Amino acid sequence: MDPKTLLQNFVNGLSLGSLYALIAIGYTMVYGILRLINFAHGDIFMMAAYFTFFFVTLTQLPWYFAAIFAIASAAVLGFGVDRIAYKPIRKAPRISALITAIGVSFFLESLAVVIFSGIPRSFRTIFPQFLNEMIILGGHMEVKYGQEVILGGIRFPIISVVTLIVTAVAIVFLWWFIYKTKIGMAMRSVSVDIPTTSLMGVNVDRIIGMTFALGSALAGVGGILWAVRYPQVWPYMGFIPGMKAFVAAVFGGIGSVPGAVMGGLILGITEVMMVGLFPGAAGYRDAFAFFILIIILSVKPSGLLGKPELVKV
Amino acid sequence: MRKLVLIVLVVFLSVSAFSTIKVGAILPMTGGVAAFGQMIWQGVQLANELFPQVLGQEIEIVLLDNNSDKVQAVNTTRRAIEQDKVVAIIGQVISSNTIAGGTVAEESGVAMVSPSSTNPLVTQDRKYVSRVCFSDPFQGVAAALLAFNNMGAKNVAVFVDVEQDYAVGFANFFKDTAIELGGTVFYEYYKSGDQDFTAQISDALSKNADAFFIPGYYQEIALIAIQARQLGFYDPIIAGDGAAVPETIEIGGAAVNGLYFTTHYDSGSPAVTDNAKLFVEAYTKKYGEAPGTFTALGFDTYLVIRDAIERAGSTDREAIAQAVRQTKDFPAVTGIITINESGDAIKSVAIVKIENGKFVYDTTINP
Amino acid sequence: MTVKKRIVFTAVAIICLIIVLYLSQEFMSSYYSRIITLIGIYGIMAVSLTLVNGISGVFSLGHAGFIAVGAYTSALLTLSPQQKEITFLIEKLIWPFNSIQLPFFWATLIGGVVAAIFALAIGWPSLRLTGDYFAIATLGFAEIIRIFALNLNSLTNGALGLKALPDHSNIWASWGWLLVTVACVTSLSYSSFGRALRAIREDRVAAQAMGINVFKHQLMAFVVGGFFAGISGSLYAHWLSTIDPRTNTIGIMLTFNVLIMIVLGGLGSITGAIIGGALFAFLSEWLRFLEGPMNILGFKIMGITGLRMLVFSSLFVVIMIFWPRGIMGRREFSWDGLASLFKRRDRK
Repeated sequence: MDPKTLLQNFVNGLSLGSLYALIAIGYTMVYGILRLINFAHGDIFMMAAYFTFFFVTLTQLPWYFAAIFAIASAAVLGFGVDRIAYKPIRKAPRISALITAIGVSFFLESLAVVIFSGIPRSFRTIFPQFLNEMIILGGHMEVKYGQEVILGGIRFPIISVVTLIVTAVAIVFLWWFIYKTKIGMAMRSVSVDIPTTSLMGVNVDRIIGMTFALGSALAGVGGILWAVRYPQVWPYMGFIPGMKAFVAAVFGGIGSVPGAVMGGLILGITEVMMVGLFPGAAGYRDAFAFFILIIILSVKPSGLLGKPELVKV
Repeated sequence: MRKLVLIVLVVFLSVSAFSTIKVGAILPMTGGVAAFGQMIWQGVQLANELFPQVLGQEIEIVLLDNNSDKVQAVNTTRRAIEQDKVVAIIGQVISSNTIAGGTVAEESGVAMVSPSSTNPLVTQDRKYVSRVCFSDPFQGVAAALLAFNNMGAKNVAVFVDVEQDYAVGFANFFKDTAIELGGTVFYEYYKSGDQDFTAQISDALSKNADAFFIPGYYQEIALIAIQARQLGFYDPIIAGDGAAVPETIEIGGAAVNGLYFTTHYDSGSPAVTDNAKLFVEAYTKKYGEAPGTFTALGFDTYLVIRDAIERAGSTDREAIAQAVRQTKDFPAVTGIITINESGDAIKSVAIVKIENGKFVYDTTINP
Repeated sequence: MTVKKRIVFTAVAIICLIIVLYLSQEFMSSYYSRIITLIGIYGIMAVSLTLVNGISGVFSLGHAGFIAVGAYTSALLTLSPQQKEITFLIEKLIWPFNSIQLPFFWATLIGGVVAAIFALAIGWPSLRLTGDYFAIATLGFAEIIRIFALNLNSLTNGALGLKALPDHSNIWASWGWLLVTVACVTSLSYSSFGRALRAIREDRVAAQAMGINVFKHQLMAFVVGGFFAGISGSLYAHWLSTIDPRTNTIGIMLTFNVLIMIVLGGLGSITGAIIGGALFAFLSEWLRFLEGPMNILGFKIMGITGLRMLVFSSLFVVIMIFWPRGIMGRREFSWDGLASLFKRRDRK
């Protein structure tokens, strides 16, 4: 691979990885506090994209209202899923919670098929078009098919820059929230020891609910940004990104927020690089992510940054 | 008086219940390729409204959803034949489902006519499974002629969806003709449901492809087109009949402008038959827009089956199945349909281009 | 109740079952007899997953992977060389599969053995993990198997899959194998081996302290589960008469479906697994009316597509929340239980 293609692939990977990272944060937060793999996370991501789509289609209001509405709805949905499905079985074995999470994921997907129909919807016109314009570094002008176009150069869409900024803001906000607020302190406490925390007079269920709401809101942000980048929404859109984000969270050390971000970026870049280096193996792309997962699990189950003393929500 | 009305009603209902001919329609109304199923269903319904009768009896369409899924494709076929006692089946839509359901139809000796399954395995060694569309070997030839002769491409990147038998087969037939025409072809692989194709596109660009050929389905075609344009690919993009749904334009937007694809029919092509005129008029009147390719195929499948029942002169399954295979020079919407001895329709391929967010008929390639 | 009596009862029950199956095959339409066959196949899938997830207490999400291995292996063995020649369009099938053909029984058995070998190879590294990490690792392995099936054109025919498999899976094959599966899993679970597994399920550390080799026992259960998953895969492929590597056919959706069956029936109960499998096969056909046009109070409404899966998934979640033990809980059917049920009735 020539250096230019290599650099382009690196940028492509970064652009994809930043989306994985954003979704992975929500996974890692819920896991850190409940030790529950929230399979439904990817479906909340999907629901947020649908909420945005239908809000704009039905009300014709500008996109930022839709985004706020969708993120808030995702948070409410996450909170609701916890209240209805996970809270009643808090005392049951952890495996029951995992099975329920699979059920919830399945339920949200079927619900989306029934309500929104299985046909993909176009997300293209919902957000301003400039987000998918490309930033081009280098390259040269040429006339092709009667039009002046720029050929070559390193390219990435504006939305990728936006995603990176949003991810960075999310990390800073989370850091502030976890370390500087009372609720954050309660979250940290819950993640260490639930019975003791409740003895201290903290309403544990409320704190868990808030963690779900926060994680789901982030999934919502991820869902919207994803749908802007790959402009379609359909009921199963959350499955693969959800799985990948989960791999990223485990890779970075599940329970650790910076780990999730790092895991997401590394997964995105290696995935794209692998396809770039071995184009014939592109069909094995998803297998590759799972392969990384299994290697990590058997070599260092705590992941890159998953040491107990690090940020554990 | 009341009693009398009731009796009349009951008699009327039972008479009408006895005199319907049931035809099954097994389509993917949900799942991955629901868009195709719903369009075809529109066409079948419209045809049923326009031509509701045969042999003096009403035709009743029994719709069954196969969820785009193989197990359901088998079960629904069984159900249509055993429970609903249909005399023939319209369906199924994507090749893998028709292959699975076709086994059952073959065993039971019921005609199954697919509107749109183009894979050669669909009718291979089958006596009862036929189709009203062309098959992929011919579509592959047409697409290669389009790319290498009409558009002057020399080195084409073919994006193969390894998860779809349709895509894998179509790509192979394209490649065979491409080599005959003296062009070069290389494959880039992806999987249904993938959303990021930047790595494959970057690779194709570094290998100096001067055209992309995407023999897949509309979701991925639109996304590949968007990302290819973003990464600075301005040369032609070509697709197959998997692109012939409005979703391609809705999702792809400006990026799919200039996309060429091979397909069965376009409402803008010169109408060759009376049925074609009738179809476009009736559809436009009912829905206020131009009909799509798959709607036309659904319409045609209904007509072919109705015609076969008429020629068979009875509702005997075997007689109908034989009549389907003897369909000759039938004036359908998508062309004059003749079903050959292997069960495939011999038809021409229409080339359609997307211009300013609209499907525009370009030309026709004859077999 | 004496052992002798129990054996007599069981023998009589099996003979009755055979008669019922015979009658159903003779007098029911083939639509129904195919569903009865499917019940047997789902039963094997559910019972084999129960051995792993219910009895041994590890939680595998990789069942579909073993089903896939069994399905492909046996399909490659039962197809005639001529048919393989026609089917493999992209690349030729590699030796020795291109020239051999075996009877269905042996093909199924070999499918099971190959699946068991895969289970051994996957269980070895994965069983060092516990709980949900193990679940995710097996999910990953199953997905890797599927993706390889999708890409290894010269072995699996890739996305085109295998077609025109001989229609071998009839009522006798599926219920016969179900009987074998139940007999094996039941005797395993009531042996000292099964008691050790239950001990591990209840308290891993305590079991280890008692001298039970946790790893070895769980691996054994995993391999036996994999073997029967492979058997069910072979039957499933020959029931479908075609097999391909899509998510719906042999991917994660299949694992979820089997999971629904065992949760519905009661996690940990072999009887429950069979009931769950039967209910699932029956309901997924019966609920079809939800998606067809309906007549409610004279109003004709179009069916709502996708409603069937919504009903299943809601049922799944509701059972987990309100009724986590499912229909049977961890109880099993036994003649004593049945007898005491009647006695209680009599007393009333």
